[in-house]
Amino acid sequence: MLLTEADLAALWVTLKLAGVVTAILLLLGTPLAWWLARSQMRYKFLIEAVVALPLVLPPTVLGFYLLIMLGPHGPVGGLMQMFGGQPLAFTFTGLVIGSVFYSLPFVVQPLQDAFTSVGGRLLETAATLGASPLDRFFTIAVPLAAPGFLTATVLGFAHTVGEFGVVLMIGGNIPGKTQVLSIAIYDHVETLEYGRAHLLSGGLLLMSFLLLVAVYGFNRRIKVAGL
Amino acid sequence: MMQVTKGVVLILSLLISTVSASAELYVAVASNFAGVMSAIAEQFEKQTGHQVRLVFGSTGKHYAQIQHGAPYDAFFAADDKRPILLEREGIALGGSRFTYAMGKLVLWSPEASLVDAQGKVLQIASFRYLAIANPRLAPYGRAAKQVLAFNGLWEKMQSRIVMGENIGQTYQFVKSGNAALGFVSYSQVLSQQGGVEGSMWMIPSEVYLPIVQQAVLIKDNTAARALLKFIQEKPAREMIEQYGYGLP
Repeated sequence: MLLTEADLAALWVTLKLAGVVTAILLLLGTPLAWWLARSQMRYKFLIEAVVALPLVLPPTVLGFYLLIMLGPHGPVGGLMQMFGGQPLAFTFTGLVIGSVFYSLPFVVQPLQDAFTSVGGRLLETAATLGASPLDRFFTIAVPLAAPGFLTATVLGFAHTVGEFGVVLMIGGNIPGKTQVLSIAIYDHVETLEYGRAHLLSGGLLLMSFLLLVAVYGFNRRIKVAGL
Repeated sequence: MMQVTKGVVLILSLLISTVSASAELYVAVASNFAGVMSAIAEQFEKQTGHQVRLVFGSTGKHYAQIQHGAPYDAFFAADDKRPILLEREGIALGGSRFTYAMGKLVLWSPEASLVDAQGKVLQIASFRYLAIANPRLAPYGRAAKQVLAFNGLWEKMQSRIVMGENIGQTYQFVKSGNAALGFVSYSQVLSQQGGVEGSMWMIPSEVYLPIVQQAVLIKDNTAARALLKFIQEKPAREMIEQYGYGLP
């Protein structure tokens, strides 16, 4: 049995979504994680709690609030409309925004852990040798935090692929635009097309497993090599 | 001594009351029927002393659960397809199936003057999104597709249609304003005072195939039979109508 055109479209939307979201999260998450790892600020734990929220909240809560906020009567949707923008619900951009929130801790937390373990001593030494802060970040912190970056990338990507609740609430199930794999699977189960559901579910299971095996295997080799 | 005797009597009487009269029923109910069913179940509990536990969800999911041995006594579906299947598979009790309500489809918007009484707004198409339930999953979605097809608009509307997984989600899309209007069930927009907020088009029932909601018995016990009988009697039927459903 082969994938139908609709399933292929859903696969493509899913991979595109996960790719775009991971890229955005690495860009936004790296400075945030760096700040969280280095800052001595007293109220840092508040920000940490906000970052970790998507870990404990049901995705439907996030989706529900997004649906309300992005709607024409919501603060975000209202502003968008005032400036002649298009509403964000039911668009790929809307899904990207929702997913960035949804997968945030999966990128920020591994990076924060990695940056924390880099340690202050090394950076201070580099500073006394005249390395600028940016220099220290790119030539010391980033290379040493490489396993953290790998974990963050893979977890962010895989977690977005597995997203369901947020997309369900703000997606609108438009084929080729907002219909993702998890929704397609749900639809197949609901319509008793168990064969097609099996094909997609099995594929997703295998892909997720291989991704995680790759990360854990790679991180182990780094540890064994003593880098 | 008196205290002990009193205690024993209390415990005994509690035991007797649970053994004799009241049974606990588990009933799977289509989400769209949640409001009415809760009200009916309350009446039924008052009259019979049985306890009714209602489990709301999509009919497709309930069907799969029942197929795999979910412990429901009765099943109130959003269509007739799944009850018929369960009957054929020998899971539901043969001959227990009946139509308890007929769904009414409306085109609705929370905006006061957007939808006219003939649904001409669909021709003018001054809106960005039209919400419908997924026709593959939900009977109300199938009906919405039939209405659009009947008016020759199904193809034309493709770029404007957003789909909810069920009629409840479709309602949320419209209610939150993310979609300007949508095909929802009359029971969703009808308030208990009998009015409808916003504007709507009550779609003539000739334009779509009837949305037949059927129920079946899954387990044969007197309490479950009593509930199914209760639903077909006049007071319950009146409540069903009051909540915006048609009757067979």
